[in-house]
Amino acid sequence: MTSLPYARIRRRLELSLPKGVVTVGRLLARRVLLAVPLIWAIMTLTFFLLRLAPGDPVVQILGDRATGPQYDQLRHQLGLDRPMLQQYLEFIGNLAHGEVGKSLFSSRSATAVVLDRMPATLSLAIGATILSVLGGIAAGVYAALRKRADGSAVQVAAIVGQSVPDFWLGLVLIGLFAVHWNWLPANGFVPFTESLNGWALSMVLPVVTLGLAAMGSVARMTRAAMISALDREFIRTLRANGVSNRSIVFRHALKNAAIPVTTLIGVRFIGMLSSAVIVEQVFALPGVGTLAIDSASNHDYPVMQALVLYLTVVVVAVNVIVDVVYSWLNPKVRLA
Amino acid sequence: MITWKRLTVGLRRPMAVACLLVLGTLVIAAVLAKWIAPDDPYQQDLSNVLSGPSAAHWLGTDELGRDILSRLIYGARLSLFAGLLCIAVAVLLGVTAGVLAGFFAGRVMILFDRVTDLLLATPVIMILLTVLAVFGPNMNAAMIALGVMLSADFMRLSRGSTLEARSALYVDAAQVFGLSRTRILLRHIVPNVLGPVIVRASTLFGAALFIEAGLSFIGLGARPPTPTWGSMVAAAGNAIYKQPWYLVPTGGIIVLTVLASNLFGDTLLDATVDGAARARPRRWSRLKKQRQATVVSATAVKTPAGNAKSDETLRAPAAVFERDARQAGEGEGPKTGLLSVSGLEVSFPSADGWRPVVTDVGFEVPHRGSLGIVGESGSGKTITMLALLGLVPSPGKVTAGKIFFNGRELDPSRPSSFNVVRGSEIGFVAQEPMVSLDPVFTVGAQLAEPMRHRGRMSSRAAHGRVLELLDLVGMPDPRRAAASYPHELSGGMAQRVAIALALGLEPKLLVADEPTTALDVTVQADILDLFRSLQEQLSMSMVIVTHDFGVLADSCDSALVMYAGEVVEQGPVDEVLSAPAMPYTAGLLRSNPYSAVALGRLPVITGSVPDPGAWPSGCRFQARCAVATPECAEGSIPLTTVTSHRRARCVRVTEAVRS
Repeated sequence: MTSLPYARIRRRLELSLPKGVVTVGRLLARRVLLAVPLIWAIMTLTFFLLRLAPGDPVVQILGDRATGPQYDQLRHQLGLDRPMLQQYLEFIGNLAHGEVGKSLFSSRSATAVVLDRMPATLSLAIGATILSVLGGIAAGVYAALRKRADGSAVQVAAIVGQSVPDFWLGLVLIGLFAVHWNWLPANGFVPFTESLNGWALSMVLPVVTLGLAAMGSVARMTRAAMISALDREFIRTLRANGVSNRSIVFRHALKNAAIPVTTLIGVRFIGMLSSAVIVEQVFALPGVGTLAIDSASNHDYPVMQALVLYLTVVVVAVNVIVDVVYSWLNPKVRLA
Repeated sequence: MITWKRLTVGLRRPMAVACLLVLGTLVIAAVLAKWIAPDDPYQQDLSNVLSGPSAAHWLGTDELGRDILSRLIYGARLSLFAGLLCIAVAVLLGVTAGVLAGFFAGRVMILFDRVTDLLLATPVIMILLTVLAVFGPNMNAAMIALGVMLSADFMRLSRGSTLEARSALYVDAAQVFGLSRTRILLRHIVPNVLGPVIVRASTLFGAALFIEAGLSFIGLGARPPTPTWGSMVAAAGNAIYKQPWYLVPTGGIIVLTVLASNLFGDTLLDATVDGAARARPRRWSRLKKQRQATVVSATAVKTPAGNAKSDETLRAPAAVFERDARQAGEGEGPKTGLLSVSGLEVSFPSADGWRPVVTDVGFEVPHRGSLGIVGESGSGKTITMLALLGLVPSPGKVTAGKIFFNGRELDPSRPSSFNVVRGSEIGFVAQEPMVSLDPVFTVGAQLAEPMRHRGRMSSRAAHGRVLELLDLVGMPDPRRAAASYPHELSGGMAQRVAIALALGLEPKLLVADEPTTALDVTVQADILDLFRSLQEQLSMSMVIVTHDFGVLADSCDSALVMYAGEVVEQGPVDEVLSAPAMPYTAGLLRSNPYSAVALGRLPVITGSVPDPGAWPSGCRFQARCAVATPECAEGSIPLTTVTSHRRARCVRVTEAVRS
């Protein structure tokens, strides 16, 4: 058996430390090390892509007054007159200190501008993830247990849910719940530091809008994974040896099924960060999405770079969380 | 794996055809927009803005009085083209890179891994916004960029399929035959990769369409007045208070398109998954492979090898049976009925009603006795065993018969009536230990579970008992074994754990399904020894399902030979082995590799077990029987008594025993 030497090595590595500590620590260290070149590559890519853009931020700032000495002065002030390579090296130097420069428009630190916008976007994405995980897993397990009529109803609902564009769904929900019934606010964001209730109400429609499609795909994945887990041989052995049906479904099958579902949830969360940009437009939420669109049209390079940096860090962080959960669920990858 | 062949099966499903029709219609409408669209999409009519559906404007008019239907048809051009462009880029780039990475593996693979990591971690929307800022409102550039990012998905997918195809035997064979690498790639690998790629592409087409529409929605697409689906939804959103209808056709067309492409992919996937399930290899072929690998085994020792001995053994056991008969008759002594099965019939639904696959099976297992059920694949031995556990796989069910166990009647047609005995009174050991343990729980957790929930033990007590059990089944280091996961054990060790699982609640009966078949030859004897010693130590009864006469001779005291769903012979093992009363048993024995003459050709029973719908009237073995007579086809053949404890289902039973 090929697994034996591997098991021995692993045991030798782990005997000295409490179980789990070594592996998670190792995983985190490896991930962080891999993240550094990743962030560098993405930041470099966007740096040059942005500088290639036609359109001049100086013109954007000065408007009609962008002539002669004024233009040159601002250009110099912003450091845009220096050679591209010099700009790039400075940029990387600053990046090493976690800085990406000041916003060209508000003269605030670009990272601070982005941080201001994070609560709305994270509320939205995390809320939608919780909705899709809870709703999706419940619906998926239910559909897997009732293979026939109800099961396929869930299946069809999930596919239809995945085929509805979120920006349109958002408008339809506004049309029904805000315009027609007037139950919920149509748009706007109340920070939860101001009013918890107001925050919750303002988030309901955006969260449902963003979360519904993900819920559909989580439900489908859960259903498929549950069906295949319940079909595996060990289920029969456990059942034959007196393990209760409830434990078979919710302990054994669900934990096995959770392995692919975890990966999917990570992928969906990252996808939601992109979709959030559009959903924020629908509900006029002051999140990073609106900031991204504004800064892109204004050629506010530092803010765009800060956005790329933050989103990449969030993506890396989510992947680490997924890896940790994954390794907890699936003992075969613990040493990865 | 999704093969090309299974994919074409999926393509013929009505749902797939319907989806293709919808998508095809949209594409044709987009191409022929100039001739099909009822109106000029730019023709404004300010006297008739935001009207609902009417005869003049089937889908109403927009905020400038333009015909919505015509604008949707023209909008399809941009949207469908954007989706196709993106997917084409993603597939071309991803599949090429993925197939090469999978085929050449090594360093190339590591490089591609890094690139896919990079692409998958890139914030898609930021790149798209940047690209749109660079190239202006040009959706093509954004879609190509999106295609590059989505190619990571296809890269992973096609690399996986390539690795899978590459390790397949036919690719090895092709390499042995000296086919060039390019040829192998194109002829054997690419077709295997295309299946999953098509399925994935149809889903990602929907995703690309969403992103295109979303970008147009926030005003980053084609400039007005060019119609795009996304910008029309945005306009509908602005008019939500005045004309909610406007939202219906504009969003509806996107839902329809994406739904068709999602359902198309889903239907293909479904068809291929179903196909894979049906194409699962029969168990017999697996057994045959194992047999070929098995040359000599310790289990062969007791098998009757020569004819010289058989005369002797034929006479000797008679005394034993007389003793057994006495005991049974008096209804006392240690060896009386723990399990009694009679008239068992298991059926599966077929086109014409319930079709029995196992009929009229009956046997008894005394306390501390052991029964071996033997037969080829398709003989019904496994189904019979599962019926004992109330675990006949759905949609099958027990349609007749009685099961008495330990003085109580279990209703075999109601699987739930077995809940009380499973685990606590009947333990089960499956064939393949590596797949019969839950891979995500430690051995200790799995063993303790029935004890805690059924046996109501505390977790500490259960843990102690787990260690005892692991010691009992001969695990060298129980503490370490309890903390291990199944994949960390060897096959033999895993089977010991599986046996421990079955013994957890001290059952009176142990049911084992081919318990040594999946193990290495050297380990088989150890496991059989373990069974024997456990049976003695714990005073259990055993039912062992096997195709291996060595196992039968070694571990069982009575035998039940099954063929085509019925019992054809039963009796004490020694006697059945030495003087089979039924030609089928004799044939099986002759084809046993352990008793084969060196360098001689292994005699086989020609033909195969008839499938349940194809049973002949009379003896089900007649077609393959060398000594069949016309009498064999007349009526059903009863199970007749040969000697006091032997019965066989054969019209020539006595002749067979004599010859």
